[in-house]
Parts: sequence; C-alpha cells; structure tokens
Amino acid sequence: MQNILNWVSSNQEIIYIVILMVFLGIEVIGRVPAVLHTPLMSGANAIHGVVIIGAIIVMGKAQGDNYLALTLGFLAVVLGTLNVVGGFVVTDRMLEMFKKKKVQTPKGS
Amino acid sequence: MNLNIDILTICYLVASVTFILGLKMLSHPESARKGNLIAAGGMTIAIAGTIFLYEDHQVNYLGNKLLIFGALILGTIVGVFSAKKVKMTAMPEMVSLFNGMGGACAMLISIIEFNYQKSLAFDLGVGKVFVEHISKGEIVVITLGLIIGSISFAGSVVAWGKLNGRFKDKVFPGQRIINFAILAILIIAAAFFIYFTPAYANDYDGTTMAYTDGTAGDSGIIPMHSYIFYGILALSLLYGVFFVMPIGGADMPVVISLLNSFTGVAAACGGFMYSNKAMLTGGILVGAAGTLLTILMCKAMNRSLLNVIIGAFGGGATGAAADGKEQGAYKEISLSDSAMIMSYANKVMIVPGYGLAVAQAQHICHELEKILNDKGVEVKYAIHPVAGRMPGHMNVLLAEADVSYEKLLEMEYANDEFKTCDVVLILGANDVVNPAAKNDPASPIYGMPILEVELAKNVIVNKRSMKPGYAGIENELFFQPKTSMLFGDAKKVLQDLVAEIKSS
Repeated sequence: MQNILNWVSSNQEIIYIVILMVFLGIEVIGRVPAVLHTPLMSGANAIHGVVIIGAIIVMGKAQGDNYLALTLGFLAVVLGTLNVVGGFVVTDRMLEMFKKKKVQTPKGS
Repeated sequence: MNLNIDILTICYLVASVTFILGLKMLSHPESARKGNLIAAGGMTIAIAGTIFLYEDHQVNYLGNKLLIFGALILGTIVGVFSAKKVKMTAMPEMVSLFNGMGGACAMLISIIEFNYQKSLAFDLGVGKVFVEHISKGEIVVITLGLIIGSISFAGSVVAWGKLNGRFKDKVFPGQRIINFAILAILIIAAAFFIYFTPAYANDYDGTTMAYTDGTAGDSGIIPMHSYIFYGILALSLLYGVFFVMPIGGADMPVVISLLNSFTGVAAACGGFMYSNKAMLTGGILVGAAGTLLTILMCKAMNRSLLNVIIGAFGGGATGAAADGKEQGAYKEISLSDSAMIMSYANKVMIVPGYGLAVAQAQHICHELEKILNDKGVEVKYAIHPVAGRMPGHMNVLLAEADVSYEKLLEMEYANDEFKTCDVVLILGANDVVNPAAKNDPASPIYGMPILEVELAKNVIVNKRSMKPGYAGIENELFFQPKTSMLFGDAKKVLQDLVAEIKSS
C-alpha cells in the first residue's frame, strides 16, 4: 500500500498529465461534425505515430554488435515512420478534397 | 542540466502543443487541413530533436544514426508512396494498416527494451538482476506496451484483410468462450510477470543492492521470465486475431477506431518508459479522443461497444426475427421511368451507401446531380453517419467527385427535408434506411436512427439484388407501395440514367 502511495507522489507530474490529457482529448473532438470523422480518425492515427520517438531511442541505445536489437530497432523505426508519414499524407489527401470542393462551391449551385 | 536537454525539452513541448492544436483544428472543416500540417510539423520537430539532442543519464548521445536515418528514409518513401497511391474507397483499410504499424512499433520497443534491460542485468550467481534504472512501474509499462501494441497490430492487420476481402468472417462454436479464456490467461500471465519480475533500484555500490519492492530473496531474472514474456507476446497476438475475426464487416470502423485508441495508449506506455512528455501527451490524447470517437460511432448505430465486441450481431435471434416477417412483393422500375420521374421532380434526394463506394460511382453520381440541376431539379445528398464503411466515408468519396459541401445533409437535416422531396434515390444503402429500426422492436437494429426516406413521394432503390445488407435483415421499405427497385451495379445504372436524361 505504501509503495503505491509512494509511487503516486513520486510520479504525480505524469499522473497529472494523463488525467488532463484524457479530458482534453474528449473535449477537443467532442463537437466534431460527422463529416470529419474519417479524417479525424486518420489524423489521430498519425499523431499516435509519436511512438516512433521510443523506437529511435531504443535503436540509438542498441550496442553496435547486438544484431537482434539492431534488426528489431530498424524494423520498429521503419514501421513507426510508416505510421507517421503515411498517416499524415493520407489525412492531407482526404482534406485536400474537401478544400478543392469548397473553392468550386459557387459553380455547383 | 545542459543546453541540449533544455532544447529537446522545448522541442517536445512544442510537439505536444501542436498535437493538441492539430486535433482541435481537425475538428473544424475550415481549419482541418492546416491542423493536420501543424501536427505533422510538430512531429518532425520532435523526431529531429530526438535524433540530434537526446542523451541518457550518462550523457551518451544516441548511436547508430546512420541506421536510424536509413530506416526513416525507407519508411518515408514507402509511406508516401502507399498513401498517395491508395484509392479513396480503400481509405479505411489503409488507416487500419498504418495503425497496425504503430502498434507493431510499440510492441517491438517493449521487446527490445526488455532485452536491453536483461543484457545490462547484474549477475548474482544464481540469476541476474536489473541494475540500470528500472522500477516496477517500468516493468508494468513494458508489459502493457507489449500487450496493447501486439493486440493493436494483429487486430489491425486482420481488420485490413477483412476490409479488402482477403480474410472472411470466421466464427466457430465456442469462440466467445475461447476469446474470454485467452484474455483471462493473458491477464493472469501479465500480472504474474509484473509481480515476479524483480525490480531493483540502481543503488548498487559494490556491496549492497537495494530492493524496491517486496519480492526480496528471489533469484533475479531467470530464463523463466523470458519465457513468460514471449508467452505474453504470443497470447496478445493471438488475442488480437481472435478479437477481430468474428466481428462483421459493418462493424469494422468501430473496431479500427478502437484499435486506434489502443495504439495511442501503447504509445503513451513508451512515454512512461522514457519519461517522454511528447509521447505521453500524444498517446493519451489519441487514446482518449479515439475512445470517444468509438463511442460516438457505436451511438450512431444505437449499440453498445460491448455488443460490437462480443459480436452478437447476426446471431440466432436476428435470423428468427427476419424469418417472421412477411416478404410481400416488390415492384421494379425501368431506367426510362426512373429518368422520367427524376427529371420532372422539383427536388431529388440521393442517399449514398456502401454500394456506391464499391461501384466507384461517386463521379457519375455527381454527373447525374449536374444534369438534373441543369433541368432545374434541386439535388441534395442525405448522409447517414454510418453510411459506408467509416463515419464520414461518404463525405470523403463525394468530396473526391467535387460534390459541393453544402449539398451534403447530415441525418437530422435530411429527415426534415424528405417530406418536401419528390424522389429519393437510394444508391447501395440498406440498413440505414430500414424502417424496422423505428417500427419493429424485435429487429436487431431497432432504435438505430435512420434516414426516414418513406416520407418522400417516391423512393427508387438501386441495389444489385434483393440480398439483405450487412446486418443480414430484410428491409420492409423495399416492399412498400411507394418504393420501386432499380437493380444493377450503381455505376452502370447511373451512367444509363445520365444518358437517358440527356437524350430526353
């Protein structure tokens, strides 16, 4: 029990961030129109690609002769990059079409 | 501290703020694109900062930079290429696949970190103990990152395969029980692993080793810990596959959204591991937003998340309800008759569904809208929140075909306008216009908000056949006197309609 209390007080900064981010995450997208659900999901998908930072750190720490770690780390960075780059590009492509159509609005009516 | 770390801290701070701003701007149509670019910019800063400025407690810079750059470049090329090449109709499965990559990344990080900590372990003679800075909290986070990342990876790949038709729905007797059993074993194994993996503070001064928890007296890390660790990995992957396998195609968007928030949490686990605020904020933010989005989608279908996950849809009760209904007769309508009533209508409402997406008919649909407009007919689109395979799927498709944003009506507005419509043209939509959702309490979709198309004067339904939609239930709308069926592939039918209206 005391361990847990101790852990909470020594990690309070992180616990605060988690709690605030949970509320912020809900609040920030709470009023999104249905039109934007797909791009929003895709954009959020790209943002969690931030996991790539962990991959870079783990890769950078690997010993030069630890081929298992190097291989897995390389793979992790590639996959993380795919998540980030692919995610942002796909989202941009979706939103680009919304924009184009906005410009042409007068013509349609 | 030193200057590099200070700058890196600021990089992460900037990145965190851009993630929040980006998500906020993505929620508004005018600022969405800018929001995406801002988040991407923040991500670039965070990645560059990590490569050049990160250093550990012993002030070691990151090594293997050449390999890191190689991986970044390879990932960028493949990522840009596949994201540019993918067709708009295949967007949902692409998002799912990218999500799976993120999950796999989190999974690999946990594996490497575990092996790294093991390699640094201090030999006690009877076994090894972790000597570098590792605490129980970090073991928890490594384990969670492994489990959530693997489930997300395996699940996303299955979802991707199901959406593009590579995998079929697989249900075998007792699957629910097996799924539950796997999950239970997984949780027990994880709890066991977390509890029995020794954690030590790095107070080793050459003679004493300080314990940070109550597991004193055990023999440190022995091979058993590794076996359990990889056992957890295998179980998580298996659970990811079994979790998504039985879920029907119509529910895939909910599942993808759920797995998306899983990956967010897995990324946040990485944030805990390295006390990295950018990973933490980004991960938790997506975890929370993704969960809300998942719940919003379930609400749009009037189902609970649990119901989606357990996969009760299309079960025994559904079949019975469908069989009980008297089928009655439906009437067909010819192309020229359809063309006729549409070109003499005042107002036509188009209800697009998955059939439109499959047939790639969005451009020809816009074509039809334009020539009807030229004839003085007002044309609008009624968009059900779960039409297609993802929320907003129809909007994206129609936007690709240059359909103006103002013509797309959300469900509540469309329902107000149906009574003033002369013709409703339903293109490959089924469950979202099924009146059973309002009238038949026995129906599995009872209570789901629908487009009330029967308020219009005429309803023309374009479908490929009389086959029921994804929910597997009959649609009484097709047998109503107002309704006429126009069978055929959406693209073909629309082309013929356009030609017919032009020539008249």
